[in-house]
Amino acid sequence: MIRDAWLMASKDLRIEMSSRVLTGQVLPFGSLMLILFGVAVSPDLAVVGDARRSVLQEVAPGLFWLAVLLSALMALTRAFGVEASDGSLDAIRMAGLDPAGVFLGKALAVAIQLLAIEMVLGLGALVVFDVSIAQRLLLVAVVLFATAGISLAGVLYSAMVAGLRSRDTLVPLLVLPVLAPVLLAATIATRDALFVSAEANGTMWTTMLVVFSLLYLAVGILAFGSLLEES
Amino acid sequence: MSDNSESRQACAAPAVRFSGAVSLLDRFPALAGVDLTINEREIVLLKGPNGAGKSTLLRLCAGLAPLSEGAGAVLGFDVGDRSQRRQVRRHTGLLAHDTFLYDELTVEDNIRFWVKANRIDPDTVEPVMERLGLGARLRTVKVGHVSAGQRRRTSLAVLVCRKPRLWLLDEPHAGLDANGRDFVDNLARHASAFGATIILASHDLNRAVDIATRVVTIAGGLIRHDEQVGTHLHNSDAASDTMGPLPSWDPESSNRDDQ
Repeated sequence: MIRDAWLMASKDLRIEMSSRVLTGQVLPFGSLMLILFGVAVSPDLAVVGDARRSVLQEVAPGLFWLAVLLSALMALTRAFGVEASDGSLDAIRMAGLDPAGVFLGKALAVAIQLLAIEMVLGLGALVVFDVSIAQRLLLVAVVLFATAGISLAGVLYSAMVAGLRSRDTLVPLLVLPVLAPVLLAATIATRDALFVSAEANGTMWTTMLVVFSLLYLAVGILAFGSLLEES
Repeated sequence: MSDNSESRQACAAPAVRFSGAVSLLDRFPALAGVDLTINEREIVLLKGPNGAGKSTLLRLCAGLAPLSEGAGAVLGFDVGDRSQRRQVRRHTGLLAHDTFLYDELTVEDNIRFWVKANRIDPDTVEPVMERLGLGARLRTVKVGHVSAGQRRRTSLAVLVCRKPRLWLLDEPHAGLDANGRDFVDNLARHASAFGATIILASHDLNRAVDIATRVVTIAGGLIRHDEQVGTHLHNSDAASDTMGPLPSWDPESSNRDDQ
């Protein structure tokens, strides 16, 4: 399983490095969204509570994760688009690759791309939204587990529509509702990592991200074989 | 089933045996009750009009299409059984309309990826690439930038590296020039001589009939005619897992493809 996972992940990453879709399309798309969010929510709009934060700073974590999520859709659509374009799913089935390995490899490749997106967008968010980080370790944990959750659940649902012609439009319809809990948990936990407050409970929301990731890891390993057969 | 195929069955173990095989694709019976027995080392030409069920029959043999009704065994595996259908895939090689290649990877990267995925000895790659005229500058070109013929050749290289027991060739001459088609014909004869069974679907009948030992006509998802047209090629090394020295791709053909 590990061997097949690494084989798939390294192949997918080589394809991304060669096509440069990540650097040429996904990252500019995510950056553009961050800037537009910044324009739409004026930094002078209001000041929230005793902490004297602007509305833009208050909503910065949500806008950041929304930008990440929408960028992730492009990566998730491509994850199986490259397999479906010339019938490679048939060849994967014929090669006898471990379905769990294929699932983990696909998720790992998407996760690595997402981490790259998050690093760039994160740096951009610090500038555009004028925020600083109060708890770095918590933020690192949130980023890692939210990335794992998005990748694992996203790959699972993308595989469901891999063989359909309308997969490009179906992936967002399927994936966005499923990832709503990740968006919620990651937003609140990130806010707690950015702004120290008495009621902060980032650990609980991070735990929720861990549970979500483990759940989809287990479901993916168990169910991906059937999905691969049906797609 | 014809008397011809029954007598052949007696003299050699069948590589493929279907009885009343039905394969539904989205509830449409692409195969509507196929009775067919193909013995080892036969080179069988499947002919028939578009939509006759040729490709579905090849995919059924590859363990990729479902056997909805009837009975079917390929290389001894029951393709009606889901787990055995998965097992038969490792022993079959399919050259389909799709080439199973990634546009963004080079010719060599594609071949090496599929060789690793199929758990094949990586040392087999270089000789096969040389034999198929993919060893020169073509190896570093992305598959998305090569011609249809070169793409087909890359797909063939993966197939040869797999050394399948059952070769399933769907329009193998499509996109190839005359020399390329000669190569495919020689390769099919060579593989058969070394123990493989070949089933090819082709509209290039003049050429395909030359290499076939048997011609099966399929229409409307049913076998309409079954006729033996040649004899098997045998080789004393057939029991080994090697394919012997492969035929070479004519370099003149490669040069023309490059242009």
